[in-house]
This record gives sequence, structure tokens and C-alpha cells, in this order.
Amino acid sequence: MPEAVKTQTLAPGPILSVEHLEGWYGEGQVLHGVTFDVEPGQVVTLLGRNGAGKTTTLRALMGILGKRRGSIRFDGVQTIALPSRRIARLGLGYVPEERGIFASLSTFENLMLPPRVKPGGLDVEQIYTLFPNLRERAGSPGTKLSGGEQQMLAIGRILRTGARTILLDEPTEGLAPVIVQQIGRTIAQLKQDGYTIVLVEQNFRFAQTVADKHVVIEQGRAVDTIANADFEASLGKITTYLGV
Amino acid sequence: MTAIYGVPLQALFGQLLLGLINGSFYAVLSLGLAIIFGLLNNINFAHGAQYMMGAFAAWMLLNYAGLGFWWALILAPLLVGLFGIVLERVLISRLYRLDHLYGFLLTFGLALILQGIFQSKYGVSGLAYAIPGELAGGQRLPFMFLPNYRVFVIVASLAVCLSVWLAIEKTMLGAYLRAATENPALVAAFGVNVPLLLTLTYGGGVALAAFAGVLAAPIYSVNPNMGADIIIVVFAVVVIGGMGSILGSVVTGYALGLVEGLTKVFYPEGSATVIYVIMALVLLIKPAGLFGRTN
Ligand SMILES: Nc1ncnc2c1ncn2[C@@H]1O[C@H](COP(=O)(O)OP(=O)(O)OP(=O)(O)O)[C@@H](O)[C@H]1O
Ligand SMILES: [Mg+2]
Repeated sequence: MPEAVKTQTLAPGPILSVEHLEGWYGEGQVLHGVTFDVEPGQVVTLLGRNGAGKTTTLRALMGILGKRRGSIRFDGVQTIALPSRRIARLGLGYVPEERGIFASLSTFENLMLPPRVKPGGLDVEQIYTLFPNLRERAGSPGTKLSGGEQQMLAIGRILRTGARTILLDEPTEGLAPVIVQQIGRTIAQLKQDGYTIVLVEQNFRFAQTVADKHVVIEQGRAVDTIANADFEASLGKITTYLGV
Repeated sequence: MTAIYGVPLQALFGQLLLGLINGSFYAVLSLGLAIIFGLLNNINFAHGAQYMMGAFAAWMLLNYAGLGFWWALILAPLLVGLFGIVLERVLISRLYRLDHLYGFLLTFGLALILQGIFQSKYGVSGLAYAIPGELAGGQRLPFMFLPNYRVFVIVASLAVCLSVWLAIEKTMLGAYLRAATENPALVAAFGVNVPLLLTLTYGGGVALAAFAGVLAAPIYSVNPNMGADIIIVVFAVVVIGGMGSILGSVVTGYALGLVEGLTKVFYPEGSATVIYVIMALVLLIKPAGLFGRTN
């Protein structure tokens, strides 16, 4: 840990640095070398077609993927071999693609479940201010919430933990346009507040509005990086990558 | 009125009381099994042996340390629970990545070993354990004699089942347990020490078995085989209630104890098999059990 502090204070380099990341489900290799950096305070998206390995990359970062190889440095700590709970305790928060709301827990219990890992997380009132729906639904079972409310809950509970770097897997998937807008505003607000975000997003138009750069994932590899400033200029390339 | 359908009221109430007592043990034992199964996905076949160890712990505390029933009620679950924690850490935790069947075989083997150890040291005839002085005697009701200790067993088991249910459903620790039952990987990804949660849960389930064992000591004699006799019925209770359902195991435990008692009154020949008949019917109609969730 002293090493971690040193790296941070001497060289304010990337908060997250992924190199040659490989990952497997059972015997099947899905990640074949993913490399990218995230600077503190940046919003970085992972773009790519269905099945490209975006979710798997986040799972590997979070330590949930059974077998992984390569290098992941988070906040100065090598995490490739750490168990999931230790990685979370370093201040990395995870909002999974399927949202991961617990059916047997009330909305409030879901909100309180992730333990605080760092000082400075939002308190419950602040989360309710951000997502007023959650206050009204506090007593209902988590899975009785609408898709949008579940997504708010999944994001809100991570903001409570004090994690300052957040992995967000398709937060707008299947949601109504007004909710997509609300989530978009939230992400912009978080960025303004200095959070670092790795965002998986199919909707590249949405991604463009919030991101600093885009990492293109193709068949388990990071094949390109596009600065958001070059987004319009690279539109042809991007649509080819995404096959849209 | 002294008889119903030709059955003397005295016999009826006697069997109902007996059914309620048996039901109390079924409930506490199946509650422990259900909690362990829910979180660890492990069918703890050593549960009966751990119940037996609770009774023996009470006997040993009395005979080797001079500590009576009330001490045993607290210390035996702690000691046997601790034993369960060691067991989970050293052996059972190594099998989580494998099929359920391995955990089942391991705990089945452990049950036989434990039973064998106690048999070779204490024989099979059973050791007497006296009812605590405070609970000796009973109430003479118009239609039956109600022993105080039996009332205590029913009240104590109800209190324990209710406390455990509240702890699981209404506390934050219980929320961790419920969440980890649903999706342990995600709970770990939030920074929770899930392996520790599993160990403590197993220890807690085992402690419940031992608690039931202490309660049983003054009623049934303390016997190495006492667990093997009851655990098969308890498994049937768990299956009927719905594997892993907390509420289901408790309610089914008491209900089946009563059904068994009533069967003894009205159709004694069927009393040994009635639970298995019910199990078969429930499995036919509702394979996930009465309170089970179908996925
Ligand atoms: N649990 C699993 N077991 C085995 N293979 C899996 C599993 N989950 C995903 N895969 C495979 O791994 C590859 C990458 O999947 P991943 O979920 O990471 O893609 P993705 O980029 O997130 O796609 P999407 O945009 O559809 O969410 C796919 O080929 C998928 O079939
Ligand atoms: Mg995905």
C-alpha cells in the first residue's frame, strides 16, 4: 500500500492501467489481450459488437472472471491475482449489465448492502435527491422496481460506498428515452464531481455525449482508441467497428 | 365429551403434545439445514450427528465439568458450532467448486465417523440426562398431564425459530446472507468477505442442531444414534417445505410433527410412513416444495 500512495503522488498517471488482459470462461478464452489506460476523472467507453468481450473485460477488472492473465493496475496496485472483495476495497465500484438487484432484499436493503470502502461516499439522502424514485420505493422488493428504477438503484448503491472509479455496464440498455437522459445527466454530474468511469455502451451517440475517449473491443482485443474530439471525424470507422 | 370418533380425548391430546414436541425438533433442525443449503448449496448430512453432539456436549458438560442444563443450552451450541466452523474451513469449503454430491458424500461420511466415535466410547444403550430441577413436574389439566419441560421445549424452539427468522429477514446481516444466497459473486464484488459469511453460516446452522440436541437430551436418552434416527425425517421435512426456504422449513416442521401425532391416534399403522407419503405427494404436485421458489 505505501507503494500505491507513492505512485499516485509522484506520477499522477493513469488510475487504471490494463495491459495484455486475457480471460477465460472455463476452458474457452474470451479475452485475447485487452490494453487501455484510464486517467483519473476520465470517462472512457468500451465500444464493440455484441459478444465482443466488453462485459467480460469489466468482470475481469472486478476479479469476478475465474481465470485471467495479464496486468491490471488500479490505483497503483496490481490486482490481476486479487480476489474480488479486495479489488472492491481499493475503491472500484461495479454496476453490472444485468443490474444485480437482489430479489429477496427491499430497495433500501439493496441500497445499504455494498459496504463503504472509502470515505466520502454519498449518504442515503443525497442518493434520494439524485434519484427521488428510490425514496418512494424504499420498502418494496428490489425486483418490483421498473427497469429504470433498478438501474438507479444499481448506480445509487455504488455511490454510497465511496468508490471513486466506477465500472458501468450498459446503464441505458432497454430504458425509455427520458430515463436514458436522466442516467446521462447523472454520468455527466459524476464526471464533474471527479469520478472516473469506465462505461460500456452500445448506443455510441449516447457515449459521445459523456466520454473522453473510446476503446474499441473486437473479438476479445482492444483494437482501437478514439479520442472523443475525433469522434465525428472517425464516424465511418466507428460504424464499421460496430456494424451499424 | 371424553372421546372423538371413539378416541379418548386424553390420548388425542397426549399425541398432539408429542407431535408438537417432535415438530419442535423437526423445525429447529430443518431450519439449520435450510440455512446451510440456501447459502452453501451443501446438503449437510452431518446435521443429525451434530444434533447428537449437542446432546453429548450437554451430558459431558454436566458429568465432566459440573455445568448444568442452562449452561449447556448456551455452551453446547457454541462448542459444536465452533467444531462446525473448523469442519467448514478445513474440509467442506474445498468442495464448493464441485457438484453438490461431493459435499453430500463428505458430510455423510463425517456423520458415520462421528457416530462411530461416540458409539465406541459410550456404547449404544444411551445415557440418562435429568430434566433440570426448575422444569420438573407438570400441570394437571382436566384432560391430561402437561409436563413443564415439554412446554419449555415448545416455547424455546418457537423462540429460536422466530429469532433466527427475524435475524435473517429483518437485519442487515440477514440481508448479506440473503444477497449472498442469490448472487455470491456480486456480493463479493462489493467488497464483502463471502467465504467468511459461508463459514459463519455453517457454524450457525450447526449450532442450531446442537441447540436442538441439548433440548432433546432430557426427553430422549443421549444416544450416538439419536441423530441418525431423526435426520431422515428432517430431510423429508426440508423437501416438503422447499429446499432452502427458511419459513417453509419451520412451518412444515411443526405441521408435520402434528400430522404424525394425529396419525398415531387415528391410524397408528401409518404413523411411521405418513411423512414420506406426504413428501411423495408434494413432490408430485409441487416439486419445489410447499414454500419453494421455482426458478
Ligand atoms: N458465462 C459465460 N460462459 C461462457 N461464455 C460466455 C459467458 N458469458 C459470455 N460468454 C461469451 O464470451 C464472449 C464475450 O461476451 P461478453 O458478454 O463479454 O460480450 P459483450 O461485449 O459484453 O456483449 P454484449 O454487447 O452483448 O453485452 C461471447 O462470445 C459470449 O458468448
Ligand atoms: Mg455485455
